[in-house]
Amino acid sequence: MTIKFNNVYVKEASTVAGPYEAKGPLGRHFDKTYDDLYMGSKTWEQAEMKILGDSVDILLNKTNLLKSDIDLFISGDLLNQLVASNYTSAYLKIPFLGVYSACASSAEGILIGASLLSNNQIKNCICSVSSHNTGAEKQFRNPTEYGTPKPKYTTFTCTGAASIMLSTDKSNIKVESATIGTTIDPGIKDVFNMGAIMAPAAADTIYKHLEDLKRKPGYYDLILTGDLGQYGKKILIDYMQTQYGFDITNNYDDCGVMLYDVENQPVFAGASGPGSSALVTYSYILNKMRKGELSRVLLVATGALMSQTTVNQKMSVPAIAHAVSLEVVE
Amino acid sequence: MPKPGKMYNAMKAFIVGGSVGVIGQLLIDVFTKWLDIPEKEANTYMIIVLVFFASLFTAMGFFDNFVSWARAGLIVPITGFAHAMTSASLEYKREGLITGIGSNIFKISGSVILYGVVAAYVFGIIRYLLFGG
Repeated sequence: MTIKFNNVYVKEASTVAGPYEAKGPLGRHFDKTYDDLYMGSKTWEQAEMKILGDSVDILLNKTNLLKSDIDLFISGDLLNQLVASNYTSAYLKIPFLGVYSACASSAEGILIGASLLSNNQIKNCICSVSSHNTGAEKQFRNPTEYGTPKPKYTTFTCTGAASIMLSTDKSNIKVESATIGTTIDPGIKDVFNMGAIMAPAAADTIYKHLEDLKRKPGYYDLILTGDLGQYGKKILIDYMQTQYGFDITNNYDDCGVMLYDVENQPVFAGASGPGSSALVTYSYILNKMRKGELSRVLLVATGALMSQTTVNQKMSVPAIAHAVSLEVVE
Repeated sequence: MPKPGKMYNAMKAFIVGGSVGVIGQLLIDVFTKWLDIPEKEANTYMIIVLVFFASLFTAMGFFDNFVSWARAGLIVPITGFAHAMTSASLEYKREGLITGIGSNIFKISGSVILYGVVAAYVFGIIRYLLFGG
């Protein structure tokens, strides 16, 4: 399901990152960083609410707009009942939609916001996501101070919040189109193997996007997946080649791999979490687009849709990927 | 996909777990020989010392790195049990004494207690039936 948008532009974006992200190769691109995971709050959950609120405040500052100028706030995160987004929306008092497709929430938010903007039903919309490493560890795995032995191919939930403002006001980057993904369950029960779980969903969405718009992978300067990690990245390249005959070796990268120095930081195969795709795209990638180094980017945010309950019930993990195409306009 | 180095992990666990055992034995020797504590009580004191340090190091925030590196080497000895309980209570302390710490402290170690008691019961019966107690 691919939608083309008219007159939907990226006005500005903001990123707030945690200590591991700040020390990563993209550290200097973030608007604000914290060197402590508590960020001055008492709990992980409150820390995540804080950075999410920070990212929206920074965005409003950058655009010189007031909360009352914003028609819609769309946000997603990983905490149960979406509390980081829900509580932040209570602080912001902007009309609010909470979205959940795990780590694909960034693209889901953009495509919902862009649809309303494209129909001129709203004028300005903020789409945010957040994730918090220890908040997610606590909820999905074990207590954070418990030294769980983990396989090398697992991913590390990134800490960060990122917001993007979409608007009908013209800017030099537009949201050109989006593809709503289909949930795919590859039948894998190993919850540490997120890359392999999400790669087929990413491949399916990329293929359908290109088919629907009659494009070749080379149309894009960069195809970016959200958080497949270094092994998931290899799986996707292979999968695209063998299943669909598309070669994406030269114009494909993964935000989860870009966010960290995977070799030298204790992050296993790379970043995961809704923050992963958004932190990289809303800072580094948008900067490159503004400088003219990239003109067409396809963001494919990938999410694994399990809960701790389904994992304990030994169910396999389904995954989804949503794609958003960003283009530089003259 | 990277394979876990099973041999390497087993060696690490053997050396680290073995060292914990050696430390425990040294403590027992110190308690019995220097402090004149009877051996049965010395065993208990040794466990208390190991549990204390595993909990303290967990609270200080670096023991989880040791455990995820040494794996079974630190999980199998009593240190693993202490680590599981302390880490759970640290994580949930903000959610209250009863709803937080009280209901979550056995989150990981609860199964060890439950199946430990059940196994002790079963093997006790087997031992009674075979050897008469």
